[in-house]
Amino acid sequence: MINTNTVNYIASLARLHLDEGEAGKFARNLEDIIHYVEQLNKLDVKDVKPTSHVLDVENVFRADAVTPSLSNDQALGFAVDRHKGFYKVPKIIE
Amino acid sequence: MNFFDQTAHELLALLKEGKTTSEAIASSFMTRAKVVNAKTNAFIRLPEAAPDSCGVIPLPIGIKDNICIKNALTTCGSRILVGFRPPYDAGVVEKVKDSGGIVLGGLNMDEFAFGSSTETSAYGPVRNPWDQAHVPGGSSGGSAASVAAGQVVWALGSDTGGSVRQPASFCGVVGLKPTYGRVSRYGLVAFGSSLDQIGPLTKDVTDCAMLLNIIAGFDRRDSTSVDRPVPDYTKALVRDVKSLRIGVPREYFIEGIQPAVLKAVRDAIDVLKNAGAVVKEISLPHTQYAVAVYYIVATAEASSNLARFDGVQYGLRVLPDKARKTALVDMYETTRQKGFGDEAKRRIMLGTYVLSSGYYDAYYLRAQKVRTLIKQDFEKAFAQCDAIVCPTSPTTAFRIGEKIADPLAMYLSDIFTIPANLAGIPAVSLPCGFDAQKLPIGLQIMTKAFDEETLLRVAFSYEQATPWHLERAKL
Repeated sequence: MINTNTVNYIASLARLHLDEGEAGKFARNLEDIIHYVEQLNKLDVKDVKPTSHVLDVENVFRADAVTPSLSNDQALGFAVDRHKGFYKVPKIIE
Repeated sequence: MNFFDQTAHELLALLKEGKTTSEAIASSFMTRAKVVNAKTNAFIRLPEAAPDSCGVIPLPIGIKDNICIKNALTTCGSRILVGFRPPYDAGVVEKVKDSGGIVLGGLNMDEFAFGSSTETSAYGPVRNPWDQAHVPGGSSGGSAASVAAGQVVWALGSDTGGSVRQPASFCGVVGLKPTYGRVSRYGLVAFGSSLDQIGPLTKDVTDCAMLLNIIAGFDRRDSTSVDRPVPDYTKALVRDVKSLRIGVPREYFIEGIQPAVLKAVRDAIDVLKNAGAVVKEISLPHTQYAVAVYYIVATAEASSNLARFDGVQYGLRVLPDKARKTALVDMYETTRQKGFGDEAKRRIMLGTYVLSSGYYDAYYLRAQKVRTLIKQDFEKAFAQCDAIVCPTSPTTAFRIGEKIADPLAMYLSDIFTIPANLAGIPAVSLPCGFDAQKLPIGLQIMTKAFDEETLLRVAFSYEQATPWHLERAKL
């Protein structure tokens, strides 16, 4: 059962702020969808291996070698705020 | 005939015969794009000027706004990426540029490709060129509508659960989702990384094969890209299905399908039968579970992929009016509240829920197991047949606003396209008729992994025997 408390908890895990009233709407939506996906419980999947890749591909490695890549300046080009080659964020420790 | 009604291969023939120039073609499409965009809203931003081209295929190509073009705005239909200009080209964009393509970005889409109607874009809904009161499908609604409206010669979209094929079906064009790994995902803004593929949207099957030739191939920057030779797909354009085994899955002909869709698809199967194909009924017994599996797997992957949009690396940062938690967490939470629309929030929360402690086994792990069963259904089916034929979507284009308030009803419009993504196999949608309101109907064909050639051969054989691909929307 998904109620507004569950939604507020999930939202905080997902780093989303919800306004008052929004949690109720999302609770109804999510409850409908979760109810729908619970039809999967009808199947016996005890001996079925979960899909981890749709093709028979495993462990793709590359040489551990330096190749040309974006410069620090390019990579930070769209940072909202930056300082001496780093991302800058609001204060973490009060 | 106007340039904007013509296919890429027709325009290339005109160029070869010296009857026109690539500049004249580009300028004609730029004008057309501008003139009809007020009706379609297919472009979030209209291209300002066409870049010059000297390559072998110098034609304007539209790019969905979740595929990175160096130094061009890329929004994913979302406010949260406002102002973002990628510092690099996506793998497919490099390939298109190498072929001489004139790259026009900014094609409208559901926010982060979350939707089946292109109504969740932060930049307004796209309208179907065949009837502007109807949706173009989604999430690549801008790509499909721009091709149908002649705003571009052809376009690229992305397909996670049908987002190329379903809008192709709704807009009366051809849309192909390649085998997972056939086309590089480098520079495609990730939604469901185990499902996403970039695919072509074109006016006919010949163009589809030509554009697949341009974009297919290995890219070491995408670790899921597969290193195997790329055939010349235009060589598969053979009008011959004699003794080819066509499977018709009984689970795809269920109650609730619009009668006109059912009739058009049955007629299409008869066309193939009359051309010499051996048609047999098959079963894909776990079909009914595909949507449920998809909305667990795709949202789980999306919630993780969208964690990067946090007010630090790109675009938007919003601070709260008053402090609630720490300054950093307040910034994250407010930026994401203001930056994402409702459908994005819904999917992020659903994905977070199914991955959260105590629910992972019940939802995510179980869904990945059922995904294995769906994949095995296809393996068994392809032991008995060479291609599977079915409807692309249960209905023709629905009205704008009809399903937006009911997320689950919206999700069910992808019921026939989702299984191919879960199994990683290629699939194409092509026009197979119209309903009484003159809205297009799509036929879906699926083949086994890396057998795009049989896919194109069946599609081409059907297309050449029918007139649907010659019809154009009147705008």
